[in-house]
Amino acid sequence: MSAIIHGAGAATALTTFHSKKLVARSRTNLPGRSKRCIVASGSDDGSKSFGSSSSLSLRHSHKLIPNNAVATKVDTSATTGHELLLFEALQEGLEEEMDRDPHVCVMGEDVGHYGGSYKVTKGLADKFGDLRVLDTPICENAFTGMGIGAAMTGLRPVIEGMNMGFLLLAFNQISNNCGMLHYTSGGQFTIPVVIRGPGGVGRQLGAEHSQRLESYFQSIPGIQMVACSTPYNAKGLMKAAIRSENPVILFEHVLLYNLKEKIPDEEYICNLEEAEMVRPGEHITILTYSRMRYHVMQAAKILVNKGYDPEVIDIRSLKPFDLYTIGNSVKKTHRVLIVEECMRTGGIGASLTAAINENFHDYLDAPVMCLSSQDVPTPYAGTLEEWTVVQPAQIVTAVEQLCQ
Amino acid sequence: MATSFSATLPLHGSQENRLLLPPIRLAPPPSSFLGSTRSLTIPSSRRLYHAHASRRSPVVGVQEVVKEKKVTNSLLITKEEGLVLYEDMILGRSFEDMCAQMYYRGKMFGFVHLYNGQEAVSTGFIKLLTQSDSVVSTYRDHVHALSKGVSARAVMSELFGKVTGCCRGQGGSMHMFSKEHNMLGGFAFIGEGIPVATGAAFTSKYKREVLKQDCDDVTVAFFGDGTCNNGQFYECLNMAALYKLPIIFVVENNLWAIGMSHLRSTSDPEIWKKGPAFGMPGVHVDGMDVLKVREVAKEAVTRARRGEGPTLVECETYRFRGHSLADPDELRDAAEKAKYAARDPITALKKYLVENKLANEGELKTIEKKIDELVEEAVEFADASPQPGRSQLLENVFADPKGFGIGPDGRYRCEDPKFTEGTAQV
Repeated sequence: MSAIIHGAGAATALTTFHSKKLVARSRTNLPGRSKRCIVASGSDDGSKSFGSSSSLSLRHSHKLIPNNAVATKVDTSATTGHELLLFEALQEGLEEEMDRDPHVCVMGEDVGHYGGSYKVTKGLADKFGDLRVLDTPICENAFTGMGIGAAMTGLRPVIEGMNMGFLLLAFNQISNNCGMLHYTSGGQFTIPVVIRGPGGVGRQLGAEHSQRLESYFQSIPGIQMVACSTPYNAKGLMKAAIRSENPVILFEHVLLYNLKEKIPDEEYICNLEEAEMVRPGEHITILTYSRMRYHVMQAAKILVNKGYDPEVIDIRSLKPFDLYTIGNSVKKTHRVLIVEECMRTGGIGASLTAAINENFHDYLDAPVMCLSSQDVPTPYAGTLEEWTVVQPAQIVTAVEQLCQ
Repeated sequence: MATSFSATLPLHGSQENRLLLPPIRLAPPPSSFLGSTRSLTIPSSRRLYHAHASRRSPVVGVQEVVKEKKVTNSLLITKEEGLVLYEDMILGRSFEDMCAQMYYRGKMFGFVHLYNGQEAVSTGFIKLLTQSDSVVSTYRDHVHALSKGVSARAVMSELFGKVTGCCRGQGGSMHMFSKEHNMLGGFAFIGEGIPVATGAAFTSKYKREVLKQDCDDVTVAFFGDGTCNNGQFYECLNMAALYKLPIIFVVENNLWAIGMSHLRSTSDPEIWKKGPAFGMPGVHVDGMDVLKVREVAKEAVTRARRGEGPTLVECETYRFRGHSLADPDELRDAAEKAKYAARDPITALKKYLVENKLANEGELKTIEKKIDELVEEAVEFADASPQPGRSQLLENVFADPKGFGIGPDGRYRCEDPKFTEGTAQV
């Protein structure tokens, strides 16, 4: 594929881009913005197991970098890139970062010899040793704190919660230390940790293993939260999170680990603060993240057949919200539907609704509608569990309602 | 020197030993904690130490150690060391007294926890450390910061909430941090700092074993008796012993957690015993005597630097003031307070220095005067320093301010000129 090089001096900062249409956001050079070749390739066959026909990330921008600064080949060759599953993408990203920087280490339960309960750290302990891929005892609060202390003194730990829900035990450390120590120390200590793990509603895992912690963590000042949803952005976000000087919580989803996609061979990272345009459209903006993206795309297929043109944005960055991309979309479509897996009360959707209403009220033709999970501990029974989360049929109904 | 540690059999690798030997049960005298003038050495331990030398007996009262030294007629410290220790303790005491004054004059607010009476622990341990060793403390952290090398000016300014404070006024009394001196804070919730200390010790081990650097930095974690009932403490004891981290857990057992007596809240009040349960030596020491603390600290630090793992040191000490400046301190018995006041560590060291002809009254008075001036100057400095401006509000929330995200106008919020003025909405 093609290579994009950052211009020196005032020019550009690039993120993911689609090979068909070369767009880039032009910004002044920001401190800490990594200057490296970022390449993205689009594979239009979009071989995701959910069979969605959406194209990959497409950036909208009103500024293009001049063509002569870029060597492009408008090429959608399917011969470059390699296909892998989402957990393998995460592993690849993690391994690349560990190769690149010896200060990156992993700690968590069963990450070492067992290879990770979702195989994200498979093979890493053999390659990097038991200290770099540390099997901890079952003490979330203590090993999260240990990761934070290690980060303060120079390492870059990636802390795994075997299930995001277990990190509730580490809430003290995440809230008080991870988020706040940079501030309370007057900027003296940085905490470049990545806290990651699978969350979300799985297949009949029961209430405690089906929690969505993004709603609990979102108020913590000083942390960033991102949610990955495809192998492409999983690897990109993992790498970006590790390189970031801020503490980042990377939310993965239990049901998405076996998604298959072709990702570029070349190195790339995704931007932590930006949302991903999944499907451009005109009638309505649907904001979603993680697993609900796929429910939305299923609904989108039905909607398209019914004659609607939904714009689907995977917000990816749960804290902070990418109000620019979202705003542009709202200004275009004037209708917003948020589809999330969080609880109704106090979830990401609730925050996002407030943010959109506050910032883009004048552009809205209808109230922002938010579809969230029921405020119910996730039941075990399959039928009940299905009714707690938002299903494509409900999304279709909501869109029809909003677009009347 | 024969120390409590030499009796320790290898704790790692001899898994079978651990299971075969029954746990050592030592019955303490019932009244030895409350206001006792002698330190809590288990009388039977001496018997154990000598008679059962082959037994795993890592725990021994340290009075024996010190007594042995005295018998050989050599002093524990040189004159220079003695003066350094004295100055450090006087600094701690004067500073805290000044804090109390300033608080009641309305110069500082919130929760301020003073360290009067416990100076021997801070001085005894921290004066043995290098600049690259780390210290982690609790909310009672002013004196730990001072001992570690943070200037009195910086600490006082921080207490006054001024920009020149060690944390730019953003931390306050309970969050004394210094990157330069490796003071890793200052934590408001008890037990919160212990995992952070474990992490700092982990970095030290990582640097040595993975990055192949020449690193023998140790971490000292200070916390109180109340913390020893908290899960984080035990989780970290386990991990530190498991990974043989270069850390020393120092319990400043001052018998009271605000108004909760240690004996009322703990099933087995002898905290040093909890070390061997995790596979590390547990030592009890008289925390009102800086020389005894220093002897134990030397051994613990050397152990950690050699890579032999963590140590749990329980210092029996006492705080002369209440838990914080807001605490009326009505629950503690006057007799208990009087007994410990008689064991004031500063008076004890002064007596030792003078009696052993290491220093005369004049020299000590000079030090006291010097410290008085230093503390006064610190107050003046803090008074004269500016308060933080509005623009400081949003700084330092993120190490990389891109974390504030992209605003509706497409630019990162932190690029907005209004952002640093503190008027931008986030």
